[in-house]
Amino acid sequence: MKQKFNIITSTCVPLPLENVDTDQIIPARFLKATTKEEKFFGENLFRDWRYNADGTLNKDFVLNDPTYGGEILVAGKNFGSGSSREHAAWAIAGYGFRVVISSFFADIHKNNELNNFVLPVVVSETFLAELFDSIKDDPKTLVEVDVPNQMVTNKATGRSEKFEINGYKKYCLMNALDDIDFLLENKDKIEAWESEN
Amino acid sequence: MANTLFDKIWDRHVVQQVEDGPTQLYIDRLYCHEVTSPQAFAGLRARGIKCFRPDHIFCMPDHNTPTHDQDKPIEDPISKTQVDTLAKNAADFGLTHFGMMHPNNGIIHVVGPERGLSLPGMTIVCGDSHTSTQGAMGAVAFGIGTSEVEMVLASQCILQQKPKSMCIRVNGTLGKGVTAKDVALYIMSKVTTSGATGYFVEYMGSAVKSLSMEGRLTLCNLSIEMGARGGFVAPDEVTFEYIKGRDYAPKGEDWDKAVAYWSTLKSGDDAVFDKVVEFDAADIEPMVTYGTNPGMGMGITQHIPALDTVPEAGQASYKKSLDYMGFEAGQSLLGTPVDYVFCGSCTNGRIEDFRAFASIVKGRRKAENVICWLVPGSWMVAEQIKSEGLDVVFAEAGFEIRQPGCSACLAMNDDKIPSGKLSVSTSNRNFEGRQGPGARTILASPLVAAAAAVTGVITDPRILL
Repeated sequence: MKQKFNIITSTCVPLPLENVDTDQIIPARFLKATTKEEKFFGENLFRDWRYNADGTLNKDFVLNDPTYGGEILVAGKNFGSGSSREHAAWAIAGYGFRVVISSFFADIHKNNELNNFVLPVVVSETFLAELFDSIKDDPKTLVEVDVPNQMVTNKATGRSEKFEINGYKKYCLMNALDDIDFLLENKDKIEAWESEN
Repeated sequence: MANTLFDKIWDRHVVQQVEDGPTQLYIDRLYCHEVTSPQAFAGLRARGIKCFRPDHIFCMPDHNTPTHDQDKPIEDPISKTQVDTLAKNAADFGLTHFGMMHPNNGIIHVVGPERGLSLPGMTIVCGDSHTSTQGAMGAVAFGIGTSEVEMVLASQCILQQKPKSMCIRVNGTLGKGVTAKDVALYIMSKVTTSGATGYFVEYMGSAVKSLSMEGRLTLCNLSIEMGARGGFVAPDEVTFEYIKGRDYAPKGEDWDKAVAYWSTLKSGDDAVFDKVVEFDAADIEPMVTYGTNPGMGMGITQHIPALDTVPEAGQASYKKSLDYMGFEAGQSLLGTPVDYVFCGSCTNGRIEDFRAFASIVKGRRKAENVICWLVPGSWMVAEQIKSEGLDVVFAEAGFEIRQPGCSACLAMNDDKIPSGKLSVSTSNRNFEGRQGPGARTILASPLVAAAAAVTGVITDPRILL
């Protein structure tokens, strides 16, 4: 959903697993929709970890633990590997996350998050490990994600880090503009390229 | 000056460099399948716009297609809707569509190369991470999300950050029974599933150059599984020979011109890569995976690595993975009983893969305890299997050939591995539940899969060759 970004301050949902692939974020059997209903995808986020094989709730999974909540998902390194399915980003957005913090994202998924106004924030391994510890100690730990200044802060420890985002994408996020708006304004350049090649 | 082939192809397609932002890149070929395109077409309708360059775009269903009775309507109503939606979108927007049962239908990454639609020097995208397969043609081919599919439909362009370049060189000669699949699984086991993230890979070295086009397609297919955006092999005589005469390939004078241009597509001797990794082909044996990502692979005679060989931050994930598979650290997989064998997918669903499978099962019988699905990657492959008489070999050994599609690779159709069952699969992902909820997957080459199919257990195929 197109929404403007500025400063987000929220508690976090911790998922301290590495290599979380998009098949786990949204299993293939939920990819048969022909519309983009974020609510549907959100309800099936991490479906096979949230529910047991018999359809009952898996109480051990973090999304089912009322201790944790918020607009920020914190995940282990190499988040979103595997399939290019954008449904994974729709599921994350549909569930209500606006930011995902990890020390490393898979390329295609990272773009998919950005294209759906979910901000992937890359932090150092140290920052990530400390953040997991903070959340474990106090589930109410707040994290501030300041998009204009590109700073992420763990409010429990006060540790801050600058995160990368290119100027163009930052402008898009802060103004709720997408890439297609941009491309459609540049048709003359595309036609010029075609006539030269 | 980097002077890599990647730079040459990329630079030629730059429409503009956005200030403090991505590159606007022109795309020569967009493929659409039924799963990742409907929302993109819906986006065009919402904006009230048409496709910018319909003749650059080819559509075909592959993920949902059943592997039997394709001449009848799809039984699953939701799958049917998705497949029908693609046909309607293609018709509404004036795009070429190879529907089910069309002779050109099959898995996109099998069809693109075999019909001569994907050519050297092209930029190729599809809403599918295994678009990297098509890099084997000497093209810059990569997977994209649905928003990006919409970008290409709307403008024939995409906004992308230019990836870094990586050279993976495999020197020497591959041993008996060692295939492109084993090379890829071996590389992944060394560089991990994220080791090439942010990079575009050029595969080089004598072991790579000695691969057939089918082998190169398998190798490039798995580039995404180490995180790379894509991977390619510079085009050479093997490439040109493969393309020549295919339906959409250039003909006559155009062919000569094309080959002259394609022959220039190589990295310079002074090319500088951001990262170079080298391997020795002699170190590679037939591979199997033991965990729940494709980087968790080992030589078939090896033992599953101990927990303390894994960095601490990754130990929880490693343990979760082995628990899911029902394996233990230190264990050998040789002799492990197998329930299902799947040969197919965009990784290993080409004619050479079925020839390899046939070379093992010929004169033997399918093991009683194994259910085996042989799924050609396209109708063209299905026809080749018949014309070469492989169908007879399979039938005599107790195997049947199904109809083409993605099938059990991701179980979006009826071909699901039941919960808890162990499958040896020639596909590309052993993620939890990938082949069906609770299914356990061992990735391997068609030779290893065939050896499992006739012995009923994990078996080193070299003893059967």
